[in-house]
Amino acid sequence: MNLTTRNFFLDCTTIYYMEFLGIFKRDADKHTVLASGQVTPDSARCVQCGICTYNCPVGIDVRAHAWRGEPVIHSQCLTCGECVARCPRGVLRFEQTDLFAKGRE
Amino acid sequence: MNYVIIGSGVAGIAAIEAIRSIYPSPFGRGQGEGDVEITLIGDDPHGFYSRPGLAYYLTGELHDKALFPRTAYDLRKLNFHYVKARVTMILRDQHTLELAGQAPLSYDRLLIAVGAQALPLEVPGANIEGVLKLDHMQDAKRILKHARRGKSAVVVGGGITALELVEGFVSRGMKVHYLLRGDRYWSNVLDEQESRIVEQRLREEGVTLHHHAEAIEVTGRNGRVSGIRLLNGQQLKCDLVAYAIGIRPRVDLAKQAGLAIDRGILVNEYLQTNDPDIFAAGDVAQAYDPMTGRSILDSLWGPARQQGHTAGLNMAGRKTAYIKSPPFNVTRLAGLTTTIIGTVGRGRDEDLAGIARGDSETWRQLPDSMVAQTGFEVNRLRLLVGEKTLLGAIVMGDQKLSFPLEKIISGNMDISPIRERLLAPKARIGDIVAEFWAGANIRH
Repeated sequence: MNLTTRNFFLDCTTIYYMEFLGIFKRDADKHTVLASGQVTPDSARCVQCGICTYNCPVGIDVRAHAWRGEPVIHSQCLTCGECVARCPRGVLRFEQTDLFAKGRE
Repeated sequence: MNYVIIGSGVAGIAAIEAIRSIYPSPFGRGQGEGDVEITLIGDDPHGFYSRPGLAYYLTGELHDKALFPRTAYDLRKLNFHYVKARVTMILRDQHTLELAGQAPLSYDRLLIAVGAQALPLEVPGANIEGVLKLDHMQDAKRILKHARRGKSAVVVGGGITALELVEGFVSRGMKVHYLLRGDRYWSNVLDEQESRIVEQRLREEGVTLHHHAEAIEVTGRNGRVSGIRLLNGQQLKCDLVAYAIGIRPRVDLAKQAGLAIDRGILVNEYLQTNDPDIFAAGDVAQAYDPMTGRSILDSLWGPARQQGHTAGLNMAGRKTAYIKSPPFNVTRLAGLTTTIIGTVGRGRDEDLAGIARGDSETWRQLPDSMVAQTGFEVNRLRLLVGEKTLLGAIVMGDQKLSFPLEKIISGNMDISPIRERLLAPKARIGDIVAEFWAGANIRH
């Protein structure tokens, strides 16, 4: 949750480096990182103030997702957690997606 | 069919979306049968923005441009006419609106969603430059124009808006005096412990609190605020005065048109007034709740959106009842995230005349109930325990339980299995609720 953007990139770099060293396969882990969680809004709490959108490092309109009550399923979402941490009304939370859980077993 | 909506707030936008969900925007106009025209009339020069978000604009957490949830393109997709004007009269028998400085406009179905406005501060000197309120974005901009580091501000009033003003000034580096008429903050919603927590945090932020303090005059020098005089004879020097002593639904149009009014415009569960072609939604509407048989004012974004949506569906002919859920608000009180759900208090607050922004009358209609509470520092949880259900909750600080509690209360879940344990002395009510919720989730 407190993973910052910088840390995220650092983690990615580490992953790439480890892949280069042949320590593990890249794709599975990248997917695990990106697909194991998504940001989900509780739209009844949302007042559309826009702090989430304002603070998104990749410019996703998180607020629009919150209005529609849809999870932030967006190819560019880093799941960095900026929006979750900054929302003053607890609208957003991480939700585990089990898409790849089976593959991991 | 010609739909007209007065008011560019969230209720109005939600109504347009609802109408368009039934009659999607046609390609081109004038396509014969079923052709739907929607017109939005608004007198707020800034159109549709997040009014609750103004609090974060004041503290500097947000840029003003970030407060607009919709781009011009988004709004164009809804295909409605936007008329920036003030409606001066509703001529019901002619189904026509008179506008200030513009040609009259006819309607088939009308929605009044004009919101509420701040009650004026009625003391001598209240019209001096530097006496401020927080209704609109314009007010927020005016406040920021006056707010200067090192200057001092006096805040008068209660509820959420008064604290938003206090926090805004504090974050701008101002010296703040907060006047309370009673002996504690927001006494008809918070209990004593909760009021004290908020007050203590305000003091830590450098705010000077004055209890039993009533402003009787704003004094000025050279046309600007220079101070405020209190009933007890005390005088405070200040550079601006901001007030939030409650709001009043803007019922004037409806009143003049002869619609049924109490504190707000009275509407049935279909958000319809006593004129079947006129609907009302949002802060201006006093909606009938079939569950309690009462007509209630809410001044909350969520219910306003829901009412606007329901009104839109009904206007477009899809009969849909407005099901009122227990009103709740998540807000920051002196930096402490606080969730208020259901009924939690009673009586009246001396600092507020009636309802305030971010407020619900339901919160104060507490029937017989028992209180279970825990926590005496920043993390506090108070539950209002009814016979079989939870009636209300206040969650301060740690918000882990706020989501489950909202579901338990709004779902009227039967809490008999844990009721006794909740009411036992020194019960760890947080753990009990968490356990109950986990069990309920497994069962469903």
